[in-house]
Amino acid sequence: MRTIAVAGASLAGLSAARALRADGYDGRIVIVGAEPHLPYDRPPLSKQVLLGAMTPEHTALLGPRDADLDVDWRLGSAATALDLHERRLTLADRGEVRFDGLVIATGARVRTLPGALALRTLEDCAVLAGALDGGGHVVVVGGGFIGAEVAATCRTRGLDVTLVEPLPGLLERVTGPGVAAYLAVLHRAQGVDVRLGVAVREVLPRGVRLDDGSTLAADVVVAAIGVEPETAWLERSGLELDNGVVCDATCLAAPGVVAAGDVARWPNPRTLEFRRIEHWDNAIRQGEHAARRLLGRAEPFAPVPWFWSDQYQHKLQLAGSPAGHDETHTVLEDPERGRLLTLYRRGDRLSAVLAIGRAKLLVRYRALIEAGTAWDEALAVA
Amino acid sequence: MKLEVDFALCEGNGVCAVEAPEVFDLDDDDNLIVLEAAPGDVLRPKLEAAARACPKRAIVVGD
Repeated sequence: MRTIAVAGASLAGLSAARALRADGYDGRIVIVGAEPHLPYDRPPLSKQVLLGAMTPEHTALLGPRDADLDVDWRLGSAATALDLHERRLTLADRGEVRFDGLVIATGARVRTLPGALALRTLEDCAVLAGALDGGGHVVVVGGGFIGAEVAATCRTRGLDVTLVEPLPGLLERVTGPGVAAYLAVLHRAQGVDVRLGVAVREVLPRGVRLDDGSTLAADVVVAAIGVEPETAWLERSGLELDNGVVCDATCLAAPGVVAAGDVARWPNPRTLEFRRIEHWDNAIRQGEHAARRLLGRAEPFAPVPWFWSDQYQHKLQLAGSPAGHDETHTVLEDPERGRLLTLYRRGDRLSAVLAIGRAKLLVRYRALIEAGTAWDEALAVA
Repeated sequence: MKLEVDFALCEGNGVCAVEAPEVFDLDDDDNLIVLEAAPGDVLRPKLEAAARACPKRAIVVGD
């Protein structure tokens, strides 16, 4: 291949380019990005950058080891169409990029709520941080990871925070009810007004109206209600789109076209799930895997998913896939020190482990998941 | 092979201990322990994987 184009200039796209070079590909690499920035790290946006403990410049992902990356960057102009037959991308500035191989890594678009701020990009973060400088009361809409992290950061900044989540617990969609209830306790202990089982109906000029008809006053309203895969630009491409770019188990979407990161939906032969994964770690691993697929290495992508989240002084990590679990077993629960270790069973296997403040144990159980360890055996270790 | 860990950046996520358990471990308080300050070249792929996967970019693998 003489030219490989990468649509998307964030972590998955960058990881793909790094893997192409590491594997000896010496052709042209063109990376197309909608944002005007070189790749930057998003996890700090809801934490250190929003807190003011890290400058936006420090989120830059390119470092000394990228000196030989030799990428033709086409930034600030999103890919708007893909012609598979002609092997051509069209960009928003009407430019074109012809390619022999393509990595689709366009990520996801944040869901918005009219009248509320959102957090996905560096610009979003600057706007939100500026709004928080005024102090007062913040309502965070959505108790998933970003919502919980933003609530923690706002609270650490000394603001009054109300966190509104329609489900009965925080992060419940991912972690299940037991852990979700525990997380609500952690946030309440920090002084957050956690409202569970109630949804925001609309944003008002100085607050929000809930679906029970009551209102909450707010100086700042932040929506943290998830993301949608960035696939609108592919609608007439002929690629199969169904909550993401549909790939085979090797991350291949069409001959010479692979996808990686938040936008890619693929069947994971290890977890038997056919889904997208919006984790930082997955953007790296899938970007690398997809790049090698393009170079001809047709192996299935079968990771043990992993992510972390920092809230207050607590580090939460989850390895594996809790989705569809049959049972959980809490090995350790110490709310005073903010520690928790919960195992998840699906069928007869250990399918996931969640740890708060016990990274050492998480590492141990993650290895058991990698090894396909039976549930009874995992419990015996506990 | 030169291995540098920036302990000021490290948050004890433990990803390196997954990628290169021969070299990295955590203590009972989740502080990073470097088991092998001068690892042999045979471990280079694992150490580079650890460097790539570290959320804090605290690991640098040199020549």
